[in-house]
Amino acid sequence: MSETLTTDAGESAREHAAAPAAQPAAAATDSLIHARGLTKRFGEFTAVDGIDFDVQPGEAFGFLGPNGAGKTSTMRMIGCTSPISDGRLTVLGMDPRRDGTRIRARLGVVPQADTLDNELTVRENLLIYGRYFGLPRDECARRADELLDFVQLTDRGKDLVEPLSGGMKRRLTIARSLINEPDLMLLDEPTTGLDPQARHLLWDRLYRLKQRGVTLVLTTHYMDEAEQLCDRLVVMDKAKIVAEGSPQQLIERYSTKEVAEFRFAPGIQETLDGQFEGLADRIERLPDRVLLYADDGEAVVQGAHGRGLRPETVLVRRSTLEDVFLRLTGRSLID
Amino acid sequence: MSALAGAEGARVTTPDPRIVSGWSTMARVVEHRALQYRRTFRASIFGSFGIPVLFLTAMGLGLGGYVDKSADAALHGLTYLQFLAPGLLAATVMQTGSFEATFPILGGLQWNKVFHAMFSTPIRPADIVYGNVAWIAFRLSLVGAVFGIVIVAFGASRSALVVLAVPAAVLTGLAFATPIMAFTATQRTPDRFATLFRFGVTPLFLFSGTFFPIESLPSYLQPIAWLSPLWHGVELCRMLMLGTLFETPLLALVHLLVLVTLTAVGIAFALRTVEARLVKG
Repeated sequence: MSETLTTDAGESAREHAAAPAAQPAAAATDSLIHARGLTKRFGEFTAVDGIDFDVQPGEAFGFLGPNGAGKTSTMRMIGCTSPISDGRLTVLGMDPRRDGTRIRARLGVVPQADTLDNELTVRENLLIYGRYFGLPRDECARRADELLDFVQLTDRGKDLVEPLSGGMKRRLTIARSLINEPDLMLLDEPTTGLDPQARHLLWDRLYRLKQRGVTLVLTTHYMDEAEQLCDRLVVMDKAKIVAEGSPQQLIERYSTKEVAEFRFAPGIQETLDGQFEGLADRIERLPDRVLLYADDGEAVVQGAHGRGLRPETVLVRRSTLEDVFLRLTGRSLID
Repeated sequence: MSALAGAEGARVTTPDPRIVSGWSTMARVVEHRALQYRRTFRASIFGSFGIPVLFLTAMGLGLGGYVDKSADAALHGLTYLQFLAPGLLAATVMQTGSFEATFPILGGLQWNKVFHAMFSTPIRPADIVYGNVAWIAFRLSLVGAVFGIVIVAFGASRSALVVLAVPAAVLTGLAFATPIMAFTATQRTPDRFATLFRFGVTPLFLFSGTFFPIESLPSYLQPIAWLSPLWHGVELCRMLMLGTLFETPLLALVHLLVLVTLTAVGIAFALRTVEARLVKG
C-alpha cells in the first residue's frame, strides 16, 4: 500500500471495488451505488422523482429513456457535481454530500458533451487529467501510453485534439476517464451523434472494459446500445423508473417474442379500423406503421393476408427494448 | 479493479484527496494553464516587449518631446517619459488582467468546458478560482517584469523601488481580474465583454492619471478618478518609480488597501459565481 493511503484502515481504492468499505452509510448494502427515493428538483421542476436502484460491482448498468427523462440529472448526482434534493444516495459507500471529492477521485466520468482541451495535444489531455488526481508525472505518462494504445490513438498522441473526428474524441474522453483506474465509470450517452462505425468501435472498447470487471453505468436513448452493453437496466420516463431488469427479462415481461410491422400506402392505415383485432396479443398503431405483437410473427402475417389486408411492406422481427419502451410509455424513444 | 491492461505488480494508486492539501489541488489548475501557455510562450513574451517599447517610444519620447518643451508645471519637474512610464506599466498590466479574466475563463466554463472536466475529478470549484487567480498573477508578473526592464532601459525610472512597482502593477491587474472573473462566470456568451471593455476598461485606461495628471481634468471630474481602481494603481507605481513613496506613506497605504480589498472582494464573488456555474442546481 502506498504511503498516501494511511488514514483509514481498508481505504484502498482497489479493495473497494471487490468489497465496498464497511462505512456506516453503506452498512446495509454491498452496492457501488445505492439510491432510495432519489430526487432532483430545479425550482418547481422535478427532474428525478424518487427513484430507487442499486448498482453491483462489476455489472454494466444502464439508464434507458428519451431526452428529458432525468438520466443526466441522475448521473450528475452520482458524479457528485449536482447535490441531491431529496432521498438517499451512497456512491462507493460514501455520501456525496459529505465526501464528494473523495468519491470523484475514484470515478471515471465520460460526460455527454466533450470537455477536452483543444489547445493541448491528445497525449497532454491525458497527462494533465492524471495530474488532477494527484498522480506523479511519470505514472501519468505510463498510463497515458497504455490508454492511447487501448483506444487506438497512439499514432495521434502528438496531434492537437481539434482536428480529431467525433469518434476519436469520444475514445480519448474514455481513455481520459480511465487514467485514475476508476472503481466506477459513468458514461452519459457515450455514442450519441457518432456514425455507426465509430459507435461499434466504442462499444467494443466498453465491452472489453466490462470483461475486465470495470463497473459501467451508462445512459442512452439507443435501445441497441442498451442491449449490447447492459447486464441490467432501468427504463426511465418523465423523471421516474418505469421498469427494471436485464434486456432479455424486460422484453419477456413487457413484449412478445416477435413483432410483425405492417406499412400501408399513405391514407390506407386510417381506414383499417378494427381489422387487426384478434390477430395478435397486442397492437400498436404508430403514425407510419402498425405493430402486431405475437410469439409467432409469421402466423400474424398469414392471418392478415387471410383477412385481405394488403400492406406495402411487411417485416417480422424479434422484440427489442424499443417495443418495451413503447409498451410502457406509449411513445418511441427517439421522436 | 484496474481498468488498464497488465495491472500486475506494484502500481501507483490514486491518492486519497483527503490528505492532499488545497494548495496541491490548486497547483494542478495552475499546471494546466501553464501547459496551455507553453505553446504560445515565445510569441507572448515577444509581444510583452513590443508593447512597452512602442508606447514609450511613440508617447514617452515622441509626444514627450513636445510636452517637455512647454515645461508644464503640472508634471512637477518630471520629463513626460518619467511621468508616463509608471502609468503605462499599471494600465498595461490592468488590461492584460482584464483580458485574462474574460475569454480564457469563459472558455473553461462554456467553450471547451475544461473546468467542468476538472470538477469531475478531485478538483473543487474553489481550486479552479484560486488556480486561475494564481495563474493570472503569474502572467501579469511576466508582463510587468518585462515592462519594468524596458522602463529601466529607457532610463524612465528614478528609484530602485521600480522593483516594487512590478508587484504593485500586478496587484492592480488582479484588482480588475478577480471581479471580472466573477462576472465572466455569470455569462454564457462573450457579448457583454465588448461593453465591459468599451465602457469600463478603456475609459479607465485613459482617465486614471495614466497619460496626464488628473489635475488637468475639470475639477468636478477629478473625484471620479478616486473611484477608479486603476488610478490607485497608477499612483502607487508612480510613487515607487519616482521615489516619492515616503513623502506620503499614508496615501500609499490607502492605494494599497483599495487594491487589496478589490482583489479580495473579487475572489469572494468569483468563488460564488464559479461554484454556482459548475454545480448543477
